[in-house]
Amino acid sequence: MSSRSAQVPRGIVFNVQRASFHDGPGIRTTVFLKGCPLSCPWCHNPEGIAPQVQVIVNAARCLGCGSCTNACPRPAGPLSSGEKVGDGDCLACGRCLDACPAEARQIVGREWTVPEVLAEVLRDRLAYDTSGGGVTFSGGEPLFQPAFLAACLDACRQAGIHTAVDTCGFASREVAAAIAGQADLLLWDLKHLDPGRHRELTGVSLDPILANLEAASRLGVRIWLRIPVIPGVNDDPDNLRAVAALASALPAVERVSLLPYHRTGTGKAARLGREDGLTPVPRPSPERMREVAALLEEGGIAAVIGG
Amino acid sequence: MNERTMQLRQESLDAAPSISCERAELMTGFYQENLGRWSAPVMRARAFEDLCRHKAIWIGDGELIVGERGPRPKATPTYPELTCHSLEDLRILDSRPKTSYRVPPECLQAYETTIIPYWRGRSLRDRMMAHLPPEWHAAYDAGVFTEFMEQRAPGHTVLDGKIYSRGMLDFKVDVERALAALDFGTDPDALDKREALTAMAIACDAAILFAERHADLAEQLAAQTDDPVRRAELERIAAVCRHVPAHAPRDFWEALQSYWFCHLGVITELNGWDAFNPGHLDQHLLPFYRTGLSDGTLDEVSARELLECFFVKFNNHLAPPKVGVTAAESGTYTDFANINIGGLLADGSDGSNEVSHLLLDIIEEMHLLQPSSNVQVSRKTPDALLAHALRVVRRGFGFPSLFNADTVVEEQLRQGKSLEDARAGGCSGCVEVGAFGKEAYILTGYFNLVKVLELALHDGVDPRTGVRLGPATGDPASFATFDDLFEAFQRQLAHLLEVKVRGNLLVGRLYATDMPAPFLSVLIDDCIANGRDYNAGGARYNNTFIQAVGIGTITDALAAIRTHVFSDGAMPLADLVAALDADFEGADTLRARLVNRMPKYGNDDDEADDLMRRVFDAAFELIDGRPDARGGVHRLEMLPTTCHVYFGSVCGATADGRRAGMPLSEGISPVQGADRRGPTAVFSSAAKMDHVKTGGTLLNMKFSPSLLEGEEGIGRLANLVRTYFKADGHHVQFNVVTAETLRKAQADPEAYRGLIVRVAGYSDYFCDLSEALQEEIIARTEHG
Repeated sequence: MSSRSAQVPRGIVFNVQRASFHDGPGIRTTVFLKGCPLSCPWCHNPEGIAPQVQVIVNAARCLGCGSCTNACPRPAGPLSSGEKVGDGDCLACGRCLDACPAEARQIVGREWTVPEVLAEVLRDRLAYDTSGGGVTFSGGEPLFQPAFLAACLDACRQAGIHTAVDTCGFASREVAAAIAGQADLLLWDLKHLDPGRHRELTGVSLDPILANLEAASRLGVRIWLRIPVIPGVNDDPDNLRAVAALASALPAVERVSLLPYHRTGTGKAARLGREDGLTPVPRPSPERMREVAALLEEGGIAAVIGG
Repeated sequence: MNERTMQLRQESLDAAPSISCERAELMTGFYQENLGRWSAPVMRARAFEDLCRHKAIWIGDGELIVGERGPRPKATPTYPELTCHSLEDLRILDSRPKTSYRVPPECLQAYETTIIPYWRGRSLRDRMMAHLPPEWHAAYDAGVFTEFMEQRAPGHTVLDGKIYSRGMLDFKVDVERALAALDFGTDPDALDKREALTAMAIACDAAILFAERHADLAEQLAAQTDDPVRRAELERIAAVCRHVPAHAPRDFWEALQSYWFCHLGVITELNGWDAFNPGHLDQHLLPFYRTGLSDGTLDEVSARELLECFFVKFNNHLAPPKVGVTAAESGTYTDFANINIGGLLADGSDGSNEVSHLLLDIIEEMHLLQPSSNVQVSRKTPDALLAHALRVVRRGFGFPSLFNADTVVEEQLRQGKSLEDARAGGCSGCVEVGAFGKEAYILTGYFNLVKVLELALHDGVDPRTGVRLGPATGDPASFATFDDLFEAFQRQLAHLLEVKVRGNLLVGRLYATDMPAPFLSVLIDDCIANGRDYNAGGARYNNTFIQAVGIGTITDALAAIRTHVFSDGAMPLADLVAALDADFEGADTLRARLVNRMPKYGNDDDEADDLMRRVFDAAFELIDGRPDARGGVHRLEMLPTTCHVYFGSVCGATADGRRAGMPLSEGISPVQGADRRGPTAVFSSAAKMDHVKTGGTLLNMKFSPSLLEGEEGIGRLANLVRTYFKADGHHVQFNVVTAETLRKAQADPEAYRGLIVRVAGYSDYFCDLSEALQEEIIARTEHG
């Protein structure tokens, strides 16, 4: 029994958001898997980038009571924000967290088993049934934990839950094909369609992303492309035309979702002790979003503003 | 709205709330002259007739639906036979900052010279208070419970469809038949029945007389006016008032006017709680609407105009003035007439129709405090009606509220009502369930669950006053386990509910014998057939409710004690109690831990929610099925009106981190800010309570307008509602928050932790956003 359970995939999940309305159809539960190979400077979930469990300290909540320092067995005291739990002489004992009365210290990420994920997802089954919703696996980059993701998808689908995967598509061909075959819907995030710009912005090549997208489309799985609309970064007509052309060429793409850039990541990045790498840009106005949508629709693509 | 109804609406909004002592003076004169001549029912009926004969009649410029309880709009009468206000009461009413009523000098004088000298010691309240035992007074004074009937009569009931096919003369025929059938040879109650029925016949005639006086005035005004259009309207008003409520209404206009006379009769006779209520107005009006459209006597425009005139009438009628604890538990001008839209027909089919949509349009357009409105949502309710209702909700008025019509039926079946009567029933007041036109369902007072826990932590003694209110259940230092504490809580609960129930029987009996309501009895089945008054058990169904308050706060407090003291062993219970008694003075770290780190109701956390269920079950077992004074039984409801604020003010700090004197949680909603996992988690927690065992539960939720943007937002909200209702949730009401609320949330994040806003393609807790982003969202809301 114990040897079998050792093989049961476990994954690092950093958030389970219930009543999520913007990650696919209906009312959904979004499960955020930790770890992402990209390094987009605008990332709105920077706590999902590092694959390891991290400590995050919300300075605004800290009472300065010293409870964490008193509780920590480490001579150097508790980890600072953004440091990885278990690194160096950190025992990962969690005492600093338990000691904090204000919930200022949080651990980002915890190891979950598949049955745990399923049990949490099933809590809102009534809402999925009513609304045509289900579960969405997001991140980070969920394909970064392929065995765990596959097992979660399998468990959810066996329970009759609609499954979506929110991915940037950067993974090996085998992983991408396997996951695409197991999900009811893919939310495919495209950052930029110019190979040079893509590498510059995200740190990775566009080629495998496009190859995986084409393969998924051939497989027939429903796909929604998602574009974070970032003024001055990827909202130029050339890039938008390229998105429209790509979407038209792929029969499985049902729509393009345009997500207006927002700055929620900034505060979180600061808590992680991480610089928000993007020079601050304003959030695109509703008018601008409509212009972008119109540009895409000219290319015969159904464009939706928001999730 | 057209020019007329905009004008009437504005006049209603502008009219200053005031006290009229007309009714008090008439009533005092009548009692001085006649007390002792007749039985109580006949005395009350003749007093009602005297009011109908002598009170001033008001027909305002431009009005189409006529009749006021007072001499003019918002002039609010008093009921000294129930509660005789002191001069001090009147001065407070005149000057208090909230819900004040202007008291004219002549009114003060009438009270001083005539009204107070006669009623002091004779009013029902004075006699009730003299009868109630010391332990009742001690608990009442401490804020363990309130007493609904100390200033206002039982009421809470709703009319069915009977007045749309029959008139007062028809009801009188029923009364006369019942009188003729009395058997003085075998029935020892025959005399009581004869008096009750005689009173009902007098009340029918009084209502007709009241309408005729409106017809007379309308004819006079018609003769005086130079405006031919208004003359024709006044002549029509006169014709309508000659016909209804004596006879069954023949058209849409008469249907509305007939109900309005019934409404006025009920609220003039006594000051029953929740005024009166037309119930399923859309269903009742449908035949008149359709006939009018098809025979050309009505069009949509004139139907709207009449409905708007009708709505203004409700807004003109404020709650009777409340003072003291009653003002604290129900601190509002609204008198809770709550129109039901949609729902089911008695045969189980969908009850919504085109008038349902018409009513929603009017509610949205008029945006009045009164009448309240709700939509009864069944499995069969079309999505289009729910969507229409939610578009009104999105405006941020807080109404219509939404009820689960299927659960409303199930609750009533559990109470033993017939399937047809249950389906034709609905909700009134805030969230209370009843069989419309057939039931006396009386709310008797709020009950402070949190105070009971406080007593369990103080060996039965109120820490605020040192007065013993409950049995000695042990020093908290002696509780070795959490179950020991819970047992002490249950013993306190059993004792204090016993005190409340005993009080209810006594108060109920006083109303049955001394304060019959013959006019209301005509309207509620089977008072005529039974020959018994509404207040004496004449209705087909009788239920008596105690409304428990603070379930969220007590759950979180118990969860914190169980976790912190008994599971973590972090501190002895006695030390925690000492910190509570000191209102967390010097214990900020402890308080922060209790606020942030303990299981909380509203997060679908079974650890907390199981305790909620345990408290609910304990209260339910002690209340449900206890006999009441009218041949019915006691039952449990979970609603607060504004009493959670008053109850909070008498409670010290609680183990969930709430400071002394702060409000308790309201209804079955989580403690403000304690819910952190979104609306579906709140629904899951709330649905772990067995709503079907209650007579109503109240859940409030807050949303930002941006979450509800567009038809997509409406669809989202509709899905949430349907989800909660699938889980047997009874009621939900959405507050769409304004920029002002967001500002408050910035200033006091702890109280607004659960506030969800749509950020951009996703939603988040407002208080967790950066300040810059908060500002951005506020700006959007303000421009939204």
